[in-house]
Amino acid sequence: MDWVNIILQGVLIGGLYAMFAAGLSLIFGVMRLVNIAHGDLIVLAAYLALVVTDAFGLNPLASLIIVVPLMAIIGYALQRLVLNRTLGADLLPPLLVTFGLSIIIQNALLEIFTADSRKLQAGSIEIDSIQLGHGLAIGTLPLIQFIVAVALIAGLQVLFYRTAFGRALRATSDDPEIARVVGTDNRHVFALAMALSLAVVAIAGVFLAVRANFDPASGPARLIFGFEAVIIGGLGSLWGTLAGGVILGVAQAIGAQINPGWQVLAGHIAFLAVLALRPEGLFPKVQ
Amino acid sequence: MSEALLRAEHLDVFYGDFQALTDISLEIGRGEIVAVIGANGAGKSTLLKTIAGLIAPRRGTLRFGGRPVGGLPANEVVRRGIALVPEGRRLFSSLSVEENLLIGGQLEREGHWSLERVYELFPVLEERREAPSPSLSGGQQQMVAIGRALMSNPKLLLCDEISLGLAPIVIRDIYASLPAVLEGGTSAVIVEQDIAQALKVSCRVYCLQEGRVVLAGAAGTLTREAVAAAYFGV
Repeated sequence: MDWVNIILQGVLIGGLYAMFAAGLSLIFGVMRLVNIAHGDLIVLAAYLALVVTDAFGLNPLASLIIVVPLMAIIGYALQRLVLNRTLGADLLPPLLVTFGLSIIIQNALLEIFTADSRKLQAGSIEIDSIQLGHGLAIGTLPLIQFIVAVALIAGLQVLFYRTAFGRALRATSDDPEIARVVGTDNRHVFALAMALSLAVVAIAGVFLAVRANFDPASGPARLIFGFEAVIIGGLGSLWGTLAGGVILGVAQAIGAQINPGWQVLAGHIAFLAVLALRPEGLFPKVQ
Repeated sequence: MSEALLRAEHLDVFYGDFQALTDISLEIGRGEIVAVIGANGAGKSTLLKTIAGLIAPRRGTLRFGGRPVGGLPANEVVRRGIALVPEGRRLFSSLSVEENLLIGGQLEREGHWSLERVYELFPVLEERREAPSPSLSGGQQQMVAIGRALMSNPKLLLCDEISLGLAPIVIRDIYASLPAVLEGGTSAVIVEQDIAQALKVSCRVYCLQEGRVVLAGAAGTLTREAVAAAYFGV
């Protein structure tokens, strides 16, 4: 029963990793931009939530009402004013610029909030749990987190494949030049995609901040988890990204059970195993 | 021809340091079909891309319906009523047939064309509306590319080598649909390697050679010899 419990907890944390990954994979899919600052933007969202909860005395989950639109606006402006200028045939300029952005965000956060690790207090919901019987229990918060992750992936799926905006995103991803010929303003579409990505980041950041301590240097590790979930799941597949997050979460939970020091290592090993045996990921987009 | 729909004057177009078009002046009248012919590398596609807004001319003016369009981005040019059927079809590969058509109509310009009208013109596309666009035959893909351009209800349709890579019988079908395509007074520029085909459907012809207009005239008045001379530069 111990193992069932471990796997269950791993699955639930996998939802968080899928949230880290979804925004990352969205941006790469639409504009071939590898956003190295993605993890730091997650941490930035966590700090924004911290400021909002302190200022208004809100529950962290309620702070999403402010943090999500705020991050979306930051995303739109970031893409429009900075990242659009780096896009072209060469993948390197956006990579370097987001790398620089990552350093700037980390140091700005360090300057403003110091290196102290922080955490958001969500109240009793953090320790509430649901008894499943047979000694199994799942935390209310991880469950909410997982449900939000699934809803988010489902929402993105609908947006991508059932709406005019999703059509424009896919068309721009297929052939940016012809997308312009049929009347798509690519700069605007890219900016909206980044706004969407950072809205997802905001949700991921708040859940991260409620679940664990964070500090200005927490970003890069979140970026790695996000990358790993995307690669395990297969590029271009949203449900695959969720599966990738779950596999990563379960691997980490199993690793931690064997030896507490092996948690992160086990995740990396699962990632490397997928990369070695099935480099296209487990659920690549069939096209 | 003060009524010209499109008027280009002294266009110079460059790719970096390479000059692709030199001193191009031409006019397209309302409801007119104009063929642009020439050998490979003569600058035909460059001319269409320039008109469509994918390349900005370095010098010269480009006016559409009396308003300057030279240097406008492609997504603005299509909003004014110029649609391009690009060389090689260039369908959006992750979109279905119907989605390709719908995205062509995303600007919701008023006019004759709608999804239903495009399906009337090319019934086979309605049968395959849910199919991923890469699964279609070359001729069907070309129909989607034409339909996608029509969905923007253009006043001027630019067709770049729509016969390229298609079987002769398919080419015949595509060209047979052209009168219906241009129903409602749409003008067209047809770029073709197949001179006979181009001359058959067009009112007037421009022949390009090494980026310059070397011959222009009404389709009926040009002799084969004059066209051949202009085409090959002999």
